[in-house]
Amino acid sequence: MDDLLREFLTETNESLDMADVELVKFELDPNNSEILNNIFRLVHTIKGTCGFIGLPRLAGIAHAAETLMDRFREGMPVTTEAVGLVMRSIDRIKLVLAEIERNDGVEPAGDDSDLIAELEAQASGAAPRPSAPAPRPAAPAPAPAPRVNAVAAPAPERPILPGEVSLEELERVFRETKAETGPLSAAGGVAAPLSPAQGANDAKTPAVNHESSVSSQTIRVNVGVLEHLMTMVSELVLTRNQLMEISRRNEDQDYKGPLQRLSNVTGELQEVVMRTRMQPIGNAWQKLPRIVRDLAQELGKHIELEQHGAETELDRQVLDQIKDPLTHMVRNSADHGLETPAARRAAGKPEKGTIRLSAYHEGGHVILEISDDGRGLDVDRIKAKAIENGLCTEADAARMSDTQIYRFIFHAGLSTAAAVTSVSGRGVGMDVVRCNIEAIGGTVDVRSKRGQGSTFTIKIPLTLAIVPALIVESTGERFALPQTSVVELVRVRSGSEHAMCFIKHAHVLRLRDRLLPIIDLGAVLGLSCHYGERPEGELIAVMQVGSQRFGVVLDSVSHTEEIVVKPLSTVLRGASLVSGSTILGDGRVIMIIDPNGLAQIAASRAEKTGEASEAARATDDRQQSASLSLLLCRAGAQGIKAVPLSLVTRLEELDTGQIEEVSGRSVVQYRGTLIPIVYANAEVERRTSGRQPLLIFSEGARTMGLVVDEIVDIVETTLDLQLSSGAPEIMGGAIINDIATEVLDVAYYLEHAFGDWFDIPMTRRNAGPPARLLLVDDNAFYRAMLEPVLKGNGYLVTTCASADEALQRLSGDDRFDAVVSEVDMHGMDGFRFAQHVRDELHMENLPIIAVATAQSADSIERGRQAGFTDYVAKFDRPGLIAALREFAHHSEEKAA
Amino acid sequence: MSQTHISSLDRHDARQYVTVRIGGQLFGLPISSVNEVFAPDNITRVPLASFEIDGVLNLRGRIVTMIDMRRLLGLRDSIAAPMAVGIERAGEAFALLIDDVGDVLLLDDSTLEVNPTNLDDEWMGFVDGVHRLSGELMLVLDVERTLARIGVAHAA
Repeated sequence: MDDLLREFLTETNESLDMADVELVKFELDPNNSEILNNIFRLVHTIKGTCGFIGLPRLAGIAHAAETLMDRFREGMPVTTEAVGLVMRSIDRIKLVLAEIERNDGVEPAGDDSDLIAELEAQASGAAPRPSAPAPRPAAPAPAPAPRVNAVAAPAPERPILPGEVSLEELERVFRETKAETGPLSAAGGVAAPLSPAQGANDAKTPAVNHESSVSSQTIRVNVGVLEHLMTMVSELVLTRNQLMEISRRNEDQDYKGPLQRLSNVTGELQEVVMRTRMQPIGNAWQKLPRIVRDLAQELGKHIELEQHGAETELDRQVLDQIKDPLTHMVRNSADHGLETPAARRAAGKPEKGTIRLSAYHEGGHVILEISDDGRGLDVDRIKAKAIENGLCTEADAARMSDTQIYRFIFHAGLSTAAAVTSVSGRGVGMDVVRCNIEAIGGTVDVRSKRGQGSTFTIKIPLTLAIVPALIVESTGERFALPQTSVVELVRVRSGSEHAMCFIKHAHVLRLRDRLLPIIDLGAVLGLSCHYGERPEGELIAVMQVGSQRFGVVLDSVSHTEEIVVKPLSTVLRGASLVSGSTILGDGRVIMIIDPNGLAQIAASRAEKTGEASEAARATDDRQQSASLSLLLCRAGAQGIKAVPLSLVTRLEELDTGQIEEVSGRSVVQYRGTLIPIVYANAEVERRTSGRQPLLIFSEGARTMGLVVDEIVDIVETTLDLQLSSGAPEIMGGAIINDIATEVLDVAYYLEHAFGDWFDIPMTRRNAGPPARLLLVDDNAFYRAMLEPVLKGNGYLVTTCASADEALQRLSGDDRFDAVVSEVDMHGMDGFRFAQHVRDELHMENLPIIAVATAQSADSIERGRQAGFTDYVAKFDRPGLIAALREFAHHSEEKAA
Repeated sequence: MSQTHISSLDRHDARQYVTVRIGGQLFGLPISSVNEVFAPDNITRVPLASFEIDGVLNLRGRIVTMIDMRRLLGLRDSIAAPMAVGIERAGEAFALLIDDVGDVLLLDDSTLEVNPTNLDDEWMGFVDGVHRLSGELMLVLDVERTLARIGVAHAA
């Protein structure tokens, strides 16, 4: 028997009981239109539901009864027989219901025409008196006026419903069944509700009050009572935990046994009470078929809604919270996702589009998927929108994966629907969806394939009331970390395989093949930071929120516990990292950490180390990435090394026999000149015969060769320079094609090959204090490359990772003699930056030198207009130095 | 105008106040707003919470938000406040951390005087008048309005 029918049975039986009571009241007080209306509504509901579920027999009876009562409403006098008749109808309905219940949802065969005929007869007013003496004195005087009308009312001219009979037939049947109806109406007086057992169909329906009847298996309980029960159980769980805590310290055996039992019972009770709050997710879907149907009509599409796993249960509270987001997403799929029939035909798809809803359990979560087989998300349009709304720059967008782009649809103000329809397209939807889902600790993600459809995946916790949590300690305080977001715990010691590294003030963990941003729980909570002070190594909880993975540094982990979530008072809800509180076994309140809040911090890397200056300098690691061509090579036994291809002049094969030693340096003849050669590191094989790959670097007039073991590949990749090892020739590390790769510092080799390289430009260095430079580049790689060059030339260099940061610095107290700025940056680019410096900060005389990878007459002209003093190619280091010497020098003179 | 306000009150209406000392100043809390008085213990700090919130504690299974009244009123804050007054506001349990709790006084409304005109502007917002006791003034504190200042008072 399906749920719908079961619910119908329960509900109808209740309604019927109520109808009985009301009918009795009505008979006593026939002029009370309120009672009449109540009964009418009840019967009407039954009729409607029966028709809907497909129970024609019931619908027929209910319809006839309803018609009769409608007559009453119109003013037909209420007679005892009439009331009795209605009651009999109700009894008949009950009988049929009981049969349905027993037969597992199948309506029993049977003929109700007798009853219906009587009802119709009564209703038509032509009802002959039943043969049995039906005393009417008890019936009060009815309102006389409408009587005539009612009696004279013509038979309704409408098609005959199933179960309904025509008037003629009715008359005939009535005559035939006179005898049978007699005893029933003889009840007379105040009719007590006839129990089914007394009904006319007694013989046909044995054992109506069956013990196992569905309707007696369920009762309706006020939600308030359930909530109260839940609170009490929560308290019980807390008390249990407290007792367990005491028993851990106490070695009293007598007391341990019963306590264990109490604990088990409590656990079971908790589970059962939780189950009372559980509802099938189908409840949240109930309205969707109708919504989809309406939408399909409105939009002129053919849409089929498939539902899978509707029986998946989850907490009522969670269910309530996802109803709206779910509805919104289905509407979205219908409106944006699915194409019009014509478009579908053209795309070779069936005209009928499908929206598929599915739900299933996974761990402590419910996974909900809403997928459609429509056109899929339009990457280009989302990209364009995102850029238009300032969510990212074009450069950002260019290097993002499709998945990353898709996620923009969850940002505020982004709707790709070309037109705002009544359904969707106002761009307020998906971010609200995301907020709603995240508010209950869930996540939402999207995947899509052009032309094949999109799938939204929602992951939500089963319940919000009791969650398993890790009790952790940080800076002497205990906190609860919801276990559902904790992936693993890692202990990092010096020399262990998982290494922790620092990039400026950002910490990263190298865990297997991934680099994870690390945050210190104590630090982000504004408590003190003991980071790096633990001799036994760092304890890191690797957490996952959505697709984001990050590490959280903890002091210690004590145990896991099922904690009862207690909401914080309203004045504390603003604390973004705390989602609630709970009481521990020892009676102490601790805070529950919100994994979403941590994830946001890990993502923005605005790590508060307690010092504002450091926080200001913390760089956004997403901004460090840039698409770059890299030459991958092997040098030494371990790992892959990479060099930016733009720095490599040529790739040569070195004939090792040609290596000569000149004043302690290895040189080789290359195109008629001697060039110094350097081995990438000590591990590089020094072959004495045969050939070995050689990378040629040129800087101005200088050329050098770098010997490596093997050239592996050239890749175009997003270089996410993340960690820097101790070795001087390594600029930093990155994961390239899933392999940890070290990026070689070409400047270091050049310096190494020409010991005096940096000295040459410095011969004309000014006496007096060194000039101060501000280096602005959002790319960590280039910053790292230029900084030593500039420093080596005697400048004091301050680096900034963004134009905004640079503006802040410039408007601060520090005085700078010149600015070296990259042109192509995220957020504010170099042109706007220069303009800003000139117009807003009024630093008309500050030299600003643009460094750009791409140089065209256009951009140089644009640079001049924006206020750049000079324009230098990115890898033209001598050019940069020359420009600086010219302009920074000028500024010094002015300053003097 | 204020005079008429006072005279409009029933002259023989007496109220009970719980007297508390906050940062040296004597205040009277209407007894109807006070649930209990207790000595707080095991207060858990709430990271990133407002300055005036000292933390939360477990009071017989209920989580109570502790408000540091001295900070909220901008008074001296040297040693930890040893006492707390439990109150209820909009179904949530709060406790006001105070220096000391005194007697319960029955005071006639007729002796309630309006706030001195030169009273601190902020205090004007939650002090409902002054009672002259022997040797000392007792300010009548409107708990509801005082708590409304959490997170706002020092925003600037």
